[in-house]
Amino acid sequence: MIPAIALILLFQLVGEVASRALDLPLPGPVLGMVGLLGAMVAIPALGRRLRETAEGLLRHLSLLFVPAGVGVVAHLGVLAQAGPALAVALVVSTVAAIAVGALVFVGVARLTGSRPE
Amino acid sequence: MTNPALIWSYLSREPLLWLTATLLAYWVGDRLSQLTGRKPWANPVLIAVVLLAGLLQLTATPYPAYFEGAQFVHFMLGPATVALAIPLWVNLRHVGRAALPVAAALLAGSLTAILTALGVAWALGVRGEVLATLAAKSATAPVAIGIAERLGGAPTLAAVLVLLTGVIGAIVVTPLLNALRITDWRARGFSVGVAAHGLGTARALQVNETAGAFAGLGMGLNAVLTALIAPWCLRLFL
Repeated sequence: MIPAIALILLFQLVGEVASRALDLPLPGPVLGMVGLLGAMVAIPALGRRLRETAEGLLRHLSLLFVPAGVGVVAHLGVLAQAGPALAVALVVSTVAAIAVGALVFVGVARLTGSRPE
Repeated sequence: MTNPALIWSYLSREPLLWLTATLLAYWVGDRLSQLTGRKPWANPVLIAVVLLAGLLQLTATPYPAYFEGAQFVHFMLGPATVALAIPLWVNLRHVGRAALPVAAALLAGSLTAILTALGVAWALGVRGEVLATLAAKSATAPVAIGIAERLGGAPTLAAVLVLLTGVIGAIVVTPLLNALRITDWRARGFSVGVAAHGLGTARALQVNETAGAFAGLGMGLNAVLTALIAPWCLRLFL
């Protein structure tokens, strides 16, 4: 478990340093994720080694955004004012994105002859 | 016995109290969610956030004091984002012959999510920090929070917008795709993973295993794509 955590932190560290050093638009942890994915594709043994720890961490993923979520108390003024507009934007955008994504998937699958499993 | 005011002044200075409260509130939220049979609207995070926000108001605790304790949980978002590479790696083998539909649906779904959110909010008069925060709301929370920080948005607001997006996606996906007569589980799962991240993925897993695998893939790929294209999309509205 300790080597797995150390490796995950190491990829995040490299991601953070690269993101800042090269002034990239990707946040450090996302770069770390891309780096780790590339490393696992190249060395599958790495993926097997990390899998248990990573899945344990991700099982409680939703707990991790509670502290940021509570920060909404600092935005109650903004929400009272922009709340209805944000609610409409979220509903329209989520419905549209699901519909467009699914229709494009089915359309391109038909064009390329990719059958459902 | 020591004066209770002294004990309170100790507790309000140390991280222990609010770290404990964060875990307890999440535990309560998770139990309530279980009791409703994991209905999408009974989200454990939403419940925990409401409980804690109420508690902060009652005790007149400022958010920075709360965050002193909660920062240990918040820190784990970074490693968790890196760890998302594992389910992505596991699901990569599902892509196979679906590579083209996956790429096309990813681009279309991701652009639609960002541009319609920004467009609708902009038309309704939302500007500035709040608009910047909205750009990344379809990405999974740790990524959206990171992007919001980069774009001059509000990370705390990002967490809430992401959550609401996930709840909306999980509620609408089944009736919406039934109405559109889409029967391909790959398309159904992938589109909800792109549009509604982890909560959409959790919903897809409840319905069908193939849909769940493709939803996980959609969430992971969109985390990367949103980080790349959200800054460009936002620029159209500034």
